[in-house]
Amino acid sequence: MRMLVDWVIKFFTSLRLTVVLLAFAIILVFIGTIAQVDEGLYNAQARYFRQWFIFGLNMFGWKIPIILPGGYLIGTMLVLNLVSAHIYRFQLSTKKIGIQLAHAGVILLLVGQLATDMLAHESQIYFAEGQTKAYAESSIHHELAVTIDSGGNDEEVVAIPGRLLENGGDIQNENLPFTIRVKSYWKNSESTFRAPMMKNGPPLAPNGIATSFDFTPAAESNNPDEPNVPTAQIEITGPNGPLGDWVVSDWTADIQMVDALRQSYSEQLGAEMAQKIIAQLTQPQTIAIGGKQFTFALRPERVYLPFSLELLKATHTVYEGTDIPKDFRSRVRLNNPKTGENREVEISMNHPLRYAGLTFYQYQMDAGQAARQAGRVASSVLQVVHNPSWLTPYIGCAMVALGLVIQFMFHLVGFLSKRKTP
Amino acid sequence: MKKFKQWVPLILTVSFAAWFLVNALSPPADTDFHYGEFSALPLVFNGRLKPMDSLARNSLLEIREKQTLDTEPWNDWSPKIISANEWLVNVMMNPAVADAWPVFRVDNPDLITLLKLPERDLARHHDGKHYSWNEIAPCFDLLNKENQRVQKVESAERSAYEQAVVKVFERLLLYEELKNTVQPQDVSDWKQQLADFEAMIPAGITAVRAQQAGQKYDQAVFNAFVNNVQQFDDMSQLDAPLVVPPQDPAGEWQRVGATLLDAAKGNPINPAVTAYATMADAFKNGDVTAFNAALDDYRASLVPEFSPAMHKAKAEVFFNQMQPFYGALIIYVVAGLLAVFSWFNLSETLRRSSVWLIGLAFVIHTTGLIYRMVLEGRPPVTNLYSSAIFIGWGAVILGLVLEKIHRNGIGAVVAAGIGFITLVIAQNLAVDGDTMEMMRAVLDTNFWLATHVVAVTTGYASTFVAGFLALIYILRGVFTKTLDEATGRSLARMIYGIVCFATLFSFVGTVLGGIWADQSWGRFWGWDPKENGALIIVLWNALILHLRWGGMIRERGLVNCAIFGNVVTSWSWFGVNMLGIGLHSYGFTDAAFKWLSLFVVSQLAFIALGLMPKGMWKSFQARA
Repeated sequence: MRMLVDWVIKFFTSLRLTVVLLAFAIILVFIGTIAQVDEGLYNAQARYFRQWFIFGLNMFGWKIPIILPGGYLIGTMLVLNLVSAHIYRFQLSTKKIGIQLAHAGVILLLVGQLATDMLAHESQIYFAEGQTKAYAESSIHHELAVTIDSGGNDEEVVAIPGRLLENGGDIQNENLPFTIRVKSYWKNSESTFRAPMMKNGPPLAPNGIATSFDFTPAAESNNPDEPNVPTAQIEITGPNGPLGDWVVSDWTADIQMVDALRQSYSEQLGAEMAQKIIAQLTQPQTIAIGGKQFTFALRPERVYLPFSLELLKATHTVYEGTDIPKDFRSRVRLNNPKTGENREVEISMNHPLRYAGLTFYQYQMDAGQAARQAGRVASSVLQVVHNPSWLTPYIGCAMVALGLVIQFMFHLVGFLSKRKTP
Repeated sequence: MKKFKQWVPLILTVSFAAWFLVNALSPPADTDFHYGEFSALPLVFNGRLKPMDSLARNSLLEIREKQTLDTEPWNDWSPKIISANEWLVNVMMNPAVADAWPVFRVDNPDLITLLKLPERDLARHHDGKHYSWNEIAPCFDLLNKENQRVQKVESAERSAYEQAVVKVFERLLLYEELKNTVQPQDVSDWKQQLADFEAMIPAGITAVRAQQAGQKYDQAVFNAFVNNVQQFDDMSQLDAPLVVPPQDPAGEWQRVGATLLDAAKGNPINPAVTAYATMADAFKNGDVTAFNAALDDYRASLVPEFSPAMHKAKAEVFFNQMQPFYGALIIYVVAGLLAVFSWFNLSETLRRSSVWLIGLAFVIHTTGLIYRMVLEGRPPVTNLYSSAIFIGWGAVILGLVLEKIHRNGIGAVVAAGIGFITLVIAQNLAVDGDTMEMMRAVLDTNFWLATHVVAVTTGYASTFVAGFLALIYILRGVFTKTLDEATGRSLARMIYGIVCFATLFSFVGTVLGGIWADQSWGRFWGWDPKENGALIIVLWNALILHLRWGGMIRERGLVNCAIFGNVVTSWSWFGVNMLGIGLHSYGFTDAAFKWLSLFVVSQLAFIALGLMPKGMWKSFQARA
């Protein structure tokens, strides 16, 4: 037993383990870079870095059957190695303080990144000038939102996460007097207008939006610039029997998608016609049971904020006589009724707004010459990040830098004084 | 004799300094047309204020890959060289002459065939590489069609031929923009046409209004006016340089085409347009006095509102003329050779001469670096070109420090060697045109450019220094007997010290990059190829240090690892950009890829040499 403990201690505190892990880390980072050419950034991250083991490689189109440790395994082992070596060999001496500080900094960086990986959330706020938003939307996850209107001033929303829809089957909720049966769920889809006088097939469902639009499944996208737009076919059964089949689609509820469609229709058919089509697309789908109105929509998952942001002005400037972007800038009014704050804030590239544990970054913008010429209202997208461990890299970096400077100073002073005394 | 030896370093340094200063301070005399004065005229192009001189040099670099023009390239023995400025004045003001000059460099044989260009035939005045606008013109439609097809191919997947198509198309487009800078291309008498147009504006506007209202109008005036406007509209479709200064110095510069379209709406014609037309007229007629007088008048009209712009333009002309990095490059070569010789005959005079010359080159290098920073108003590194200059500069400092400590000619060779190589790389990167391009929105932050970018490039520089020291160890150890025990040990100690330094800077630089990313889009680490490249350098340096601390490698192991550091660093500096993905992808030529591959192979060969048993090393044989 003692031998085993000794062996474990020796294994985890050994410098050889550090060396092997560093070597694997180099190989992993290299592979994960090359793989991005074929698999894209998002997949490469998921397959190599956010993984315990890697099964098979993809390099320049070649497939190599091999099993390697993934990012999680290497990171965890490095933390164990560092922590145990730290505890086991710890001495409080000025000579070692630099190296200890540097290693403590590396531990903080690694643990901080793991925490970020698990705790951080990203969402987006998309608004046109003059609009106010009190929620941010996910760019990856979707939800089936059922808004209950009981006739009073308040609305109640029941949000069913997209992954429940993906599972299919019957969905019930205590606040809903009906069952939703998911007949199909497409992670990505296309939409086409069922133009009158054209040869259309039978609609996907006899009610609501499906009567004026067709939806077809599409291949899932890995490109963050071309997000997936899901569509589902649902059947609703109330207490007194079936209430019919409906189609719910992100095409109708995601404002960014709706605006993109509006733009493409106005280019083809003119602004007036596009407006008519879009009005049909965004018409709410509602059923009434027991004097209450239930409106349902498949939309990007929302994160509600305890305050609101209004986009006052979006500015996109370019360098004189070129299309090279010089600056993207959103002037925003922050209104928090709880604290009574009501102030204007400017968010630009490299100058995010940090407020209430969230950070708002300038992300995308449609406010340039193209937007002006097409007569679109300028709009802006803010990236909203919630990351409780955002400070760890700052502290970790400072610790490592300081530690290395102290350590190398010792070396240098020692080296120079040795040379001076023959 | 001994006394004389003492003076050698000083004499050499003073002679080279004199050579550099004479080149820098004596611009070519303005004998007939005042090209020199013309070259200092301010304008705006690619988003920044610059002199005609920079426009001329950068355009010629882009089109011909040289800063001068040889109008008879088929004549190997007596080339007819003219300056970039003389070329530019001709393109802008007398295109009939410029269009016949063989200025477009076309290398790709398939493209030469497509454009039906003549093969190399010196007797018939074809060098098979340089072609004129007139020679390519018959196939413009063909090229245009081919370019439209190639534009749909992802840039990373284009073949050498397809890349050549895009390149030549861009070169022709730039040339066309230059031709439409001061006058519409293919005008016969611009000064007269402009005067006629100015006179007919009120009548022309009346005629157009009447025509639109369906009333009676003067058909002749209408036609002439509309023809002019059509011509100016064509002109303003091109992204020509902005040579018309704003009415108010704080306003925006304009293109001649846009100004003329404004004039057609009844606004007065900006005097700069007329001034350039007068110059063009005189130039075309070969009237030196009239051209110079018009040029002087125009320059006088810019004072005092545009004096700051003129000063800035003039400062840049001086910088272009000085060519500090070229001067430093030459001196580094000489210094490096002297230092290498000093290893063999152990001559202190040679070594000292080398150090003095490196000092001189370093002063020139630094002057250039700071001058650029002041001109741009930016920290030293803003693009690949300036990273090469800065890496060289950092490596020279490290080399000089090593030389100061060890005094054995090794630091000198490192300084001169890396200084030379990086400046050659910079010269080759400059072929893409303006090296002082504007920074896109995300990059427009001096704070992060000054911290993250400087730290990372310092990390690159020091990793290269360690690798270069390791190369010296192997070259001297395997091929000469000069690597005695003391030299070997001191080289290893230098490498170790520099690897420590490199670890610090590459780590800090990489993490600062992450923090910048966190500041600008909320993601500390995004696994972007360039980030990953930098991370590999950090990991590699850390790996070397841990191997050494654990006693897993000794002197030769350290040397071999340091050489692999060269591979890792060149991958991060250039390799990742060639993948064509991520935030730092610039699109690369085959030439860069070829050189990178050659470099990597050569480094691996050195490692193979380093792995040979000691018996095969000349120095170890000598020690035994």
